[in-house]
Amino acid sequence: MRRLALVAALLALAALPLWAGGSFYVNIGSQILLYAVFALGINVLVGYAGLVSLGHAGLLGIAAYAAARLLNGGYGHLAAVAVALVLTLAAAALFAALALRGSGIGFVMITLAIGQIVWGVAYRWISITNGDNGISVSGRPSPLGLSLASPAHFYWATLAVFLVALGSIAILGASPFGASLRGTRDQPRRMAALGYHVWMIRFLAFLLSGFWSGVAGLLFLYYNQFVSPQGVALTASAEALLMVIAGGSGTLLGPVVGAALVVVMKNVASGYIERWNFLLGAIFVAIVVFMPEGLVPGAARLWRRATVAWTPRAAVAAPGGRPAP
Amino acid sequence: MDAQGRGGRAGRAAGAVSGPALAVRGLTKSFGGLLVTARVDLAVEEGERRLIIGPNGAGKTTLFNLVTGELRPDEGTVTLLGRDITRVPGRRRAHLGISRTYQIITLFPRDTLLRNVTLSLLGRSPLRWNPLVRLERQGALIARAREALARVGLEHLAERPLAQTSYGERRRVEIAMALAQNPRVLLLDEPFAGLSIEERRDVLHLVTRIPRNVTVVMIEHDMDVALDFAERITVLHFGHVVVEGTRGEVVAHPRTREIYLGE
Repeated sequence: MRRLALVAALLALAALPLWAGGSFYVNIGSQILLYAVFALGINVLVGYAGLVSLGHAGLLGIAAYAAARLLNGGYGHLAAVAVALVLTLAAAALFAALALRGSGIGFVMITLAIGQIVWGVAYRWISITNGDNGISVSGRPSPLGLSLASPAHFYWATLAVFLVALGSIAILGASPFGASLRGTRDQPRRMAALGYHVWMIRFLAFLLSGFWSGVAGLLFLYYNQFVSPQGVALTASAEALLMVIAGGSGTLLGPVVGAALVVVMKNVASGYIERWNFLLGAIFVAIVVFMPEGLVPGAARLWRRATVAWTPRAAVAAPGGRPAP
Repeated sequence: MDAQGRGGRAGRAAGAVSGPALAVRGLTKSFGGLLVTARVDLAVEEGERRLIIGPNGAGKTTLFNLVTGELRPDEGTVTLLGRDITRVPGRRRAHLGISRTYQIITLFPRDTLLRNVTLSLLGRSPLRWNPLVRLERQGALIARAREALARVGLEHLAERPLAQTSYGERRRVEIAMALAQNPRVLLLDEPFAGLSIEERRDVLHLVTRIPRNVTVVMIEHDMDVALDFAERITVLHFGHVVVEGTRGEVVAHPRTREIYLGE
């Protein structure tokens, strides 16, 4: 049953360009998936490690800017992507070393400050980042000879990356390391007394989260064929954090649902409602009030309650009905 | 990561050759102007059952925190099985053979009892770094976790979330987790605090059954329960060791009565 639902969902996702009705909606699908990769990466830190970051758009931006500069410098896609990811990992290591001096609110503030520094560089260091004008790149890569120029092809490539991210994080979540990571979230002191290297576990989680942020940054760059300080700003970090929290932090699918919610509101609802930001805010407030744990665990809770409410009635009806004949 | 085996063996060899399992010399710690541990000397022989008593604020838990490395001493040394571990970080001390329980229960409330004990076992296994295999499929590890729960009589609750267990059961989970790590020195911080008389009996029974190759140091506020268990007793008062000796000596000592029994 579960496997059947999984296959059905995969088929529906893969066939989206066929049923979505137009490249506008296919592009929205790509956006959802690329932000889902970003949110999945942030969730490793926020949900599993319990460390809230407000600077991850900086990591996304470092990958996007690095790749954009390299592509415009005449390097090939493969080289640009590889170097951008290595740079993002190095930056993530540096950020982690700084931010992990604190936990809780200290960690939040340090990541916020680092994110603002990256934004400041993007905005002000014009010789490198072209400032407010941003950097354009021409052309998307053609992995294995398949051009990603069309919306459908780009969607499928993004879907493939998204599935790798989702799968690897699912495996991590069920692994001993995943259990160690959640342990450091719940009882760091106890974990240290049990022999765990709490700092190193958090550091590795930060690297992994930085890696997927970098991948999302590359998808972001190739999708927009453009990167500007706006994509690196605090609002971008906060938006991604809201995706994680709205969908359900610490769950596998929560960030995906959160990404879908935000992207759909931004792109679709904004076509009908001028004050879509207000609507998005209202939705977040509603989520916090009615499902503080997030949409995915909240919906699961309501579903359980609904099934519990229905089953006893069936159970009572069955023995009552049997003796009659 | 592989140091756990080496350290353990080396420590064991050294401990067998000479001296106490756990030795503390001139240990001093102050918080601001408050001297919490004042030049404390303590030597616990291998296999000994040591009781540390003292009124509230005597510095008992601080002493444990200094021994496990959760706090750094201002002065003095901590020696485990003949090895100076004063500068060894707390997480490595678990691998060298120190386990502890906490006075205020610090377990993983969302997880099952089995998962709690599994985390304890995982702490001493290199497997804890593995991000690729499924933890649920680690049969050997999980079988050992079940065994550890059976040792404290809780195997029938293995699949129950910790949040749905009683206080006394959680206390036993704490002890199961500490014992699962195969410690050489076990530190029990007020294992009877907050328990009913019946639960106390259960825990006392558990503690007395701990094999002799484990050295046990117990902090207890309430002397009556733990008295039968102790071979030697140390009385702490305002961070100082006031009296130390066998059960009879300490109970008979006028200072004990004066400080502790409030006479």
